[in-house]
Amino acid sequence: MALKLISYVSAGFPSPASDYMEERIDLNEELITNPSSTFLFRVEGDSMIGAFIPDRALLVVDRSQKAKNNSIVVAVVDGEFTVKRLVLELAKRYLAPENPRYRTIHISEDMQCEIWGVVAYIITDAREV
Amino acid sequence: MIALIDCNNFYCSCERVFDPGLKGKPLIVLSNNDGCAISRSDEAKELGITMAMPVFMIEDLIKKHNVQVRSSNYTLYGDMSERVMSIIKSYTAKIEVYSIDELFVDFSGFNHHDLARLGSRIRKEVSLCTGIPVCVGIAQTKTLAKMANRYAKKKSANVGVYCANTDHSIMQMLQHTQVDEIWGIGSQYAKLLIENGYKTASDLLAIPEEWVRKNMSVVGQRLLAELKGTSCIKWEEAPPPKKNICTSRSFGQYISDKRTIEQAIAAHTSACGSKLREESSCARKIHVFIQTNPHRGTDKQYFSSVTLQLPVATNSSRELIRYAMKALRIIFKSGYNYQKAGVIVLDLIRQNVIQAGLFDNEDRVKDKAIMSSLDSVNKVFGKDFVRFGTHDYGRKWKLKAEQLSPCYSTCFQDIPRAKAK
Repeated sequence: MALKLISYVSAGFPSPASDYMEERIDLNEELITNPSSTFLFRVEGDSMIGAFIPDRALLVVDRSQKAKNNSIVVAVVDGEFTVKRLVLELAKRYLAPENPRYRTIHISEDMQCEIWGVVAYIITDAREV
Repeated sequence: MIALIDCNNFYCSCERVFDPGLKGKPLIVLSNNDGCAISRSDEAKELGITMAMPVFMIEDLIKKHNVQVRSSNYTLYGDMSERVMSIIKSYTAKIEVYSIDELFVDFSGFNHHDLARLGSRIRKEVSLCTGIPVCVGIAQTKTLAKMANRYAKKKSANVGVYCANTDHSIMQMLQHTQVDEIWGIGSQYAKLLIENGYKTASDLLAIPEEWVRKNMSVVGQRLLAELKGTSCIKWEEAPPPKKNICTSRSFGQYISDKRTIEQAIAAHTSACGSKLREESSCARKIHVFIQTNPHRGTDKQYFSSVTLQLPVATNSSRELIRYAMKALRIIFKSGYNYQKAGVIVLDLIRQNVIQAGLFDNEDRVKDKAIMSSLDSVNKVFGKDFVRFGTHDYGRKWKLKAEQLSPCYSTCFQDIPRAKAK
């Protein structure tokens, strides 16, 4: 059995916190609801800057979440991964960037396009922003 | 009822999840040292590439049809396998992992469910969560479940589920299964059965038991009972504790200098050590072997091995490496082109019941602390991040893996890129 250190025993006065110790926050637990279906991606490019996704950001992508209108998704277009906002309008589907310098992709019937997963969290290194 | 769930073209499917450009293209994954095709996409199968076909035999085919080739990436497949298994485990705890890409599931608690629908739900969820396509076969016994799985694939890969739970559905499946496709029937028995006029699984139901007993021993009797719906194959939830652990590899190229072989042996021994520690076992003996390539007629041939008894059972890589080096000194002869070397640790016992030695000079407490630090560092930073001095720097002996894909889901540097362009 693995034993865990919960607090040091002080030789002088017992710690008043010893009865109140709890586990430290684990980001894996907070950010990953479904570990079996969650994968990490690295962003390349700035077309999603308006959705707070800079170049080199880390994406926590969950395949089990259902993509809805306005979900930020990782999609496969022409055999490549791309991160975009999914826009559903009546019978039409679009992959929209969040940067006016890029074009919206209309997902037509004959297009090879697949929603790979839904972006659950965006993590950025503050020193790079 | 029992279900057999297995992943379709598993290694190829794993590669495709993270490299979607491979979809629809013929793809093969090669064995260690890039020798033969061990996983083939449907498109590759259609080109006539068969299981375990050596690459040198299909080089023209690969060029002509632009077949995509990958070296086997067991780190990736292992993680994807774990994901698939844990999703299935969320339905029922009673499963038996049969191999990296298939498992049996006990559905006995689900009798009031529509099993075909349940199978289809599991299949959809695995595919959604991991991108790996699976097929499900459901039947009364393991042998029949395995057959149902095969039949599901053959009949319609789109549906991917076959539930043999009525007389009609069982019969239909048995009639469409040749004897050599039955799990547990090898080529010898298949030949014997066909010679005697038994061609399909349904033909076997009519075999007189006397004939089976005489010609196919108890194995055949058990198989026949399984086909008739009586379970005879035991359920094994936990794999039995290992009796020995072997790490051996063919070299990526021929090696004749002792120094390089020492490095390979040290690396293999250290891998054995960490597997021992993972299972909380210790070895009482270590076996080391080296060999030349018996298929290269032009080379001088040599094969030698030795087993050393360890004074005290151990799982310390440091100590094991010391004995492995001693073993190598005994068997090594210069002047040969070595092709393969391996280490087997054997005579394993639980680490909490080892017998201490009276004249034991090892500082076992310290060693244990070093090993557990080593394991925890390597767990965080990756296999062999911290390693022994004997274990290589040049890695000349390393496996040939020229088309290795990144470890997309286990190594932070290797995670897939999503374009925002």
